Amino acid sequence: MSTEEKKPLEKVCIICAKGSLEDVYATLVMANGAVMEGIECKVFFTFFGLDGITKEHMNSLHTATTGNPAMRMPGGLPFPTMLGGLPGVEAGVSKMMRHQMEELDMPPVDEFLEMITAGGGEIYACKLAVDMFKLEKDDLHEEVSEIITIGDFYGLCDGDRTQIIFT
Amino acid sequence: MAVKTIAGAQVNVSEEGYLEDMDQWNENIAKEIASEIGIELTDKHFEVLNYLREKTEAGEALTIRKVGKSGITDIKGLYKLFPKGPLKYSSKIAGIPKPASCV
Repeated sequence: MSTEEKKPLEKVCIICAKGSLEDVYATLVMANGAVMEGIECKVFFTFFGLDGITKEHMNSLHTATTGNPAMRMPGGLPFPTMLGGLPGVEAGVSKMMRHQMEELDMPPVDEFLEMITAGGGEIYACKLAVDMFKLEKDDLHEEVSEIITIGDFYGLCDGDRTQIIFT
Repeated sequence: MAVKTIAGAQVNVSEEGYLEDMDQWNENIAKEIASEIGIELTDKHFEVLNYLREKTEAGEALTIRKVGKSGITDIKGLYKLFPKGPLKYSSKIAGIPKPASCV
């Protein structure tokens, strides 16, 4: 019999630096999954990841149809890169992706943020990126609790059963 | 699979303590599982539990989002009723299988 003591994860800190549909959703699913398991969770959105918490863009995120080798046509055939570059294709594909996620009961981004904070998760925006993109607190979703520096965020990541995840 | 005595009844449970057969469930079993977790059940809890059981019986996949839209409670309320495990603990107490959902 093993006498090794189990040390369950107590806190996850997730940094989202990219603004594509899949990057933001990966962040949200991991964050929500953590709070649902009773794990403390802090999320830091920075650089293009800010799109995920910016009112204007959060519910219309795109997935890249060019430069994405995993992109396939419905039915599984390869997705021609040339096609992905045509106007409207990326928007259409992204809309389809959002629709498919909705069928699995994955909420839109704003509602997902509300689910995370309802469970006690905390959402932060990166000060440097907010300044760089010339955004104000009002441009960000209400569930964003504060605009902080990465140093402040590291301060929130204390504890010896804490993991930082970068998406 | 193991047999466990909960509230005086012999029930089949999984390794993690979820009931294997939801028909073996009753309110006393729910109360005992809940008190092991540290939750005292109220009428509101039972409304959620019955909702989860109905949906499971209908073969629907459960998510906290669905419970939040059920009209019984919102997601914040669900976390208040079942702290640190809105779907995990509620499913366990409701005598249904461990949820396989990520949302």
